[in-house]
Amino acid sequence: MTFTHQQAAHCESGVISALLSQHGLAISEPMAFGLANALAFAYIPIIKIGGQPLIAYRLPPKAIIKNVCKRLGVTVKFQKFNDPIRGAQVLDDLVERGTLVGLQTSVYYLPYFPEQMRFHFNAHNLLIYGKGERGYQVSDPIFEQPVEVASRDLNKARFVRGPLAPKGLLYRIESVPETIDYPKAIRAAISKNVKVMTGAPLPVIGIKGVRYLAGKIDKLSGSVKQQRLYLGHIVRMQEEIGTGGAGFRFIYASFLQEAAELLQDDTLAQASAAMTDAGDYWREFALLVARECKRGDSINRALLADALRGCADREAVVWQSLKAWCKAG
Amino acid sequence: MRVDEVPQDNSSTYAGHKKLLYARDVDGHYTPIQSSGWEPEACATQDAVALYESQAREARLAVEQGVKSPLYFHMYNCRMDLLLLSQLTGLWRWRIRRHFKPQIFASLNNGVLMRYAVAMDKTPIELQTLPDNS
Repeated sequence: MTFTHQQAAHCESGVISALLSQHGLAISEPMAFGLANALAFAYIPIIKIGGQPLIAYRLPPKAIIKNVCKRLGVTVKFQKFNDPIRGAQVLDDLVERGTLVGLQTSVYYLPYFPEQMRFHFNAHNLLIYGKGERGYQVSDPIFEQPVEVASRDLNKARFVRGPLAPKGLLYRIESVPETIDYPKAIRAAISKNVKVMTGAPLPVIGIKGVRYLAGKIDKLSGSVKQQRLYLGHIVRMQEEIGTGGAGFRFIYASFLQEAAELLQDDTLAQASAAMTDAGDYWREFALLVARECKRGDSINRALLADALRGCADREAVVWQSLKAWCKAG
Repeated sequence: MRVDEVPQDNSSTYAGHKKLLYARDVDGHYTPIQSSGWEPEACATQDAVALYESQAREARLAVEQGVKSPLYFHMYNCRMDLLLLSQLTGLWRWRIRRHFKPQIFASLNNGVLMRYAVAMDKTPIELQTLPDNS
């Protein structure tokens, strides 16, 4: 199989962009992300990660692949396994036949991850494009180069238990349509995304969710160390590897720009610029958190909460203009 | 973010790797660009790692004093907590808490020990001892 590794910002949009390109449907990572209406915000305190509440800046794992394929009319085959041996066999057969396969894995058991980035996160996506003497040839979209991973390690990473357990999930593209109606797909995707960000019935989802989190920061109690870990957790979810910066806001701005050019549409171009502003402000928030935490003695919570409200205000501008754009179309 | 504003802070958390971001070039056009790290992000990552490390250090002391079983140390050393270990092994939390007692852990049968060993990617013998302090 001829396969060229390409680095991406986010694992899932990177994997699906590579899979589709391999099947003759060249699509950029931001376009895949946007068509999956993947941008979101959710603050879910009842789900804990390392003792901290779940904060997500995008749709849950697997949603990107599912949404983008549904929207484009691509058929994907997903397979899960109860038996790890069977899971490994199916993967080997597919690789032997020259199929590019996507996998869900746990970061913690992948030996090529930097030590300080090895956390227990079970929904990391990567591609297998071959098998050599030393193991599987892995194209991990968030890394610069492809790597080789020993069979034992990969199987371990595929069959971890726990939250979002991958159960050996593998997926491959079965067919791609010959033509795609991009204007229609883009409009549908943006319209759906507007709903998620502005119309969710819960106060913890979308722009309302950002404001809710700001309120939480205002009322944050506990020692300086606990507060620091809580705020650091927000920054990590927003900035750590796989986000493309500013909690996916820059990827989405890039998508809006690409869509604006495809559709020759000024409103989308302006929305892209406004989303960039919002992204820049999210970065500013992360910077303020780092500065406040470094000071050590006390944390100016009101300042940080206001900064976060500033992010919400800027995003509200984008989504209102996109909402009007969807209605007009 | 403009291309020239993309931070290149050589963060140790990246271990020499570079990650991809999207930023605007001089014409305002979005383009993928690599970043070698960003200080505010690295701080947050290091804080999280430091928490696990301090928990592992305290756990090691408790094990050395005979208050806790080696399992307690390995849990934190593998960047887990009680909830996660319970999810990864499928064992009830109260059972795991019981296994933190040295005598009970020492008399554990092989089946249960293997469940911990699989989740932590260690051999049962490694699990029953403390690694050298390095």
